[in-house]
Amino acid sequence: MSAVDTWVSAFHARSAQQPGATLPWLADLRRQAIYRFADEGWPTRRHPRWQHTSLAFMDQQDFAANAVAPDAAAALARLRGDDAGHWLVFVGGRFNAELSDIGALPAGVQLTSLADALDQHPEAVQAAFGSATDGDSPAALNLALATDGAWLRLPLGVALEAPVHLVFITNATDASQHLRNLIVAEANSEATIVEHYLGEGEATTLTTAATRLQVDADARITHLKLQQEAEPAIHLASINATQARGAHFASHSLSFGARLARNDIHTRFDGEGCDTLLNGLYHLDGRRHVDHHTSINHAQPRGNSREFYRGLLDGNSRGVFTGRIIVAKDAQRSDAMQRCDNLLLSRAAEADARPELEIYADDVKCAHGATVGQMDEDSLFYLQTRGLDDAHARRLLTYAFAAEALDRIALLPLRKQARAALMARLPGGELLEELL
Amino acid sequence: MKTATPARKIDSFLDQEYSAGFETLLEADTLPKGLSEDVIRVISAKKGEPEFLLEWRLEAYRRWLTMTAPKWAAVDFPDIDFQDIVYYSAPKKKDGPKSLDEVDPELLKTFEKLGVPLHERARLAGVAVDAVFDSVSVATTFQKELGEHGIIFCSFSEAVKTHPELIRQYLGTVVPPSDNFYAALNSAVFSDGSFVFIPKGVKCPMELSTYFRINARDTGQFERTLIIAEEGASVSYLEGCTAPMRDENQLHAAVVELIALDDAKIKYSTVQNWYPGDKDGIGGIYNFVTKRGDCRGARSHISWTQVETGSAITWKYPSVILRGDDSVGDFHSVALSNHRQQADTGTKMIHMGRNTKSTILSKGISAGRGSNTFRGLVRIAPKAEGARNYTQCDSLLIGDQCAAHTFPTIEARNPTAHVEHEATTSRIGEDQLFYAMQRGLTAEDAVSMIVNGFCREVFKELPMEFAVEAQKLLGVSLEGSIG
Repeated sequence: MSAVDTWVSAFHARSAQQPGATLPWLADLRRQAIYRFADEGWPTRRHPRWQHTSLAFMDQQDFAANAVAPDAAAALARLRGDDAGHWLVFVGGRFNAELSDIGALPAGVQLTSLADALDQHPEAVQAAFGSATDGDSPAALNLALATDGAWLRLPLGVALEAPVHLVFITNATDASQHLRNLIVAEANSEATIVEHYLGEGEATTLTTAATRLQVDADARITHLKLQQEAEPAIHLASINATQARGAHFASHSLSFGARLARNDIHTRFDGEGCDTLLNGLYHLDGRRHVDHHTSINHAQPRGNSREFYRGLLDGNSRGVFTGRIIVAKDAQRSDAMQRCDNLLLSRAAEADARPELEIYADDVKCAHGATVGQMDEDSLFYLQTRGLDDAHARRLLTYAFAAEALDRIALLPLRKQARAALMARLPGGELLEELL
Repeated sequence: MKTATPARKIDSFLDQEYSAGFETLLEADTLPKGLSEDVIRVISAKKGEPEFLLEWRLEAYRRWLTMTAPKWAAVDFPDIDFQDIVYYSAPKKKDGPKSLDEVDPELLKTFEKLGVPLHERARLAGVAVDAVFDSVSVATTFQKELGEHGIIFCSFSEAVKTHPELIRQYLGTVVPPSDNFYAALNSAVFSDGSFVFIPKGVKCPMELSTYFRINARDTGQFERTLIIAEEGASVSYLEGCTAPMRDENQLHAAVVELIALDDAKIKYSTVQNWYPGDKDGIGGIYNFVTKRGDCRGARSHISWTQVETGSAITWKYPSVILRGDDSVGDFHSVALSNHRQQADTGTKMIHMGRNTKSTILSKGISAGRGSNTFRGLVRIAPKAEGARNYTQCDSLLIGDQCAAHTFPTIEARNPTAHVEHEATTSRIGEDQLFYAMQRGLTAEDAVSMIVNGFCREVFKELPMEFAVEAQKLLGVSLEGSIG
């Protein structure tokens, strides 16, 4: 059972074995977080940020580990192919050194598991760790229980050429995994980080994940998240970025798996002239539910943000998007643009969109748009006149709708990985491969 | 710098005093402050209401006691003490006016100051006016002519006496007392309002209009308006509001229900100019209104047009339930908040029937330290085959102390639905101003022109007299502002 008490007792049972358990600040922080979670419980629809996704059912939800663990090595090989890059693999929420291949790093770059980082540079980790009051109660649960994750610190002016891949795979012993990734990019550094969440099996597992990014002045960070958990899984994640003057942050969130997935993605401009891209794509079928809750806080002037989310909704699924853009007082010359487009592929699917603008400055350019619709009959007809049958034409149009989100991923190898993940999900993906 | 002069002018324009801020001294029949079952019984007894209505009020009151005031709106005000409000105030009757000539000349003068000279308007403009003065309707014109068409247009309390069966059939069927906190309060204590009934196939030959006015001190105004258009009927209804200047905040919690049967059309236009408080946010009306239309019949059409320039706080979401197949709902709104005004307004379009269409057009203007929020919901039910919605909401910011928010929600549960939402936020551009001034316009004329252009799509939905009034109102508060 996943009632709040169960988690609190799990916390007490585990706390001595947690990485960094001997660090007083961390023990304090974890305690505050579990108290907060115990106090607030799982969010329900009454919570303003959870109106379309209730976690009330979690109190009754049982979690179990899969009887047979996915073959982590094989899954990794499929994913990795012959990519060099920096690969960190976590199985069941813990770093797996055998499968990982961190590779050669430029001088001064720290890329380790969070557990190792807590041993080696506890002060730096403390500064980046976050607080128990961040986010909503699931985020507090994550802070209290997180067993591991990645630690990446880029020193001044260093660029990592190859992407850093973080692979999270479920195992046969843990019903839940809790991950915390901390990324500190000092001024003028540059890197691409990819998070892969993989799972297979019939059991309902829980993943909570938190990724925190500190992007210093003029640094450029691209973050890509590919969520391909097993069908019955529950995935609750947050990505929090802060950007200093002139920093560039791009987030791509591709959500293809899990029965229920919630992604909270937030970025705040702490300096002038920041630039952000939030890009997202979700494909849902069956009774699945995906909720993206994003916010971009233009706290300083001359920021530029672009946000694009696209949803493909089939079966009885429900896709939820909330995008909030805040332009603070005096954040003049802010330029924000946001779009959310949904394609309903079945009679019973539901799309909910809440694009929100909250503006306290006058010299701004802000626009948002949201659409929900079905496939365009004229386009279908056109393709049919060109000799495609109805099924092919539909698949092609579905793919075309999604491809726009993929095209925003600048790095070609990553775009290919994302595309392969999408193809694996779309019905008739092989047929499409022939067409394209 | 040359801009110094226009800037000063803007200030003087922005600081312009509330022009309807006079008070009429009338003898009033007023209940003491506070709310209890007894107060409701007294209100009901004073109005000679039938038993079912008293029961209905009491039930609403008991329901209200279990509810808490909503906090989700983006407005900020101290908690209201509901025991500190007078729930009933009526001008004292001297035998009751039988015709316009018998109406208290003081009252008529008030209307004249407001620009609603009853007989003038009645004769020249051909508008039937049901004037509501502090809760009780004092004069209703043109009833005879309307009566010939079978149209009932009278005060709510009169309708309760003359057509209780219609009230019983329709009251609370669109906005049930349990709908929300303020609707429950209104259901318990509503004192008067307008009632319109357009029978089958009748096109109302003139535009119907009501002027609401809060006059007595410490009174809350709780009107209840019910408009029913039977099969094939159509009506255009205008509502204008003003209140005198006061230091305290006054509460206005109205409920408006519209019911359109097959092929019926209801157009409801509002110009709301309640007292907004002074430039430091002292005083002003709290305008917490529930307005909802029910397109019950096939091919019915309900259209809301509102120009909201007044009130310290506005909390208002005129909505349409598109139940009938092929029914249409429209919402056109201009909301302006200046000084410390706060407006949280928008609409709900609930698509339930097949091929239902809705259009939302919202223009928000924030100036001074005003805050303007658009909050909307478009819901496409699973059976709403072929539903279509288009939403456009634009915000214009004037000055760097104001705020503009947009919170739309889209819930689509049918794949044949087409829902589009667009929103923009911008300010009056220096280049636009420069261009206009270079052509010889003064700064204030230029701003007025730009703002009016910004609102044009909504103004053209208003009936003629209202469009003029609305433009004037905007002009008064905004002319000459430079971003």
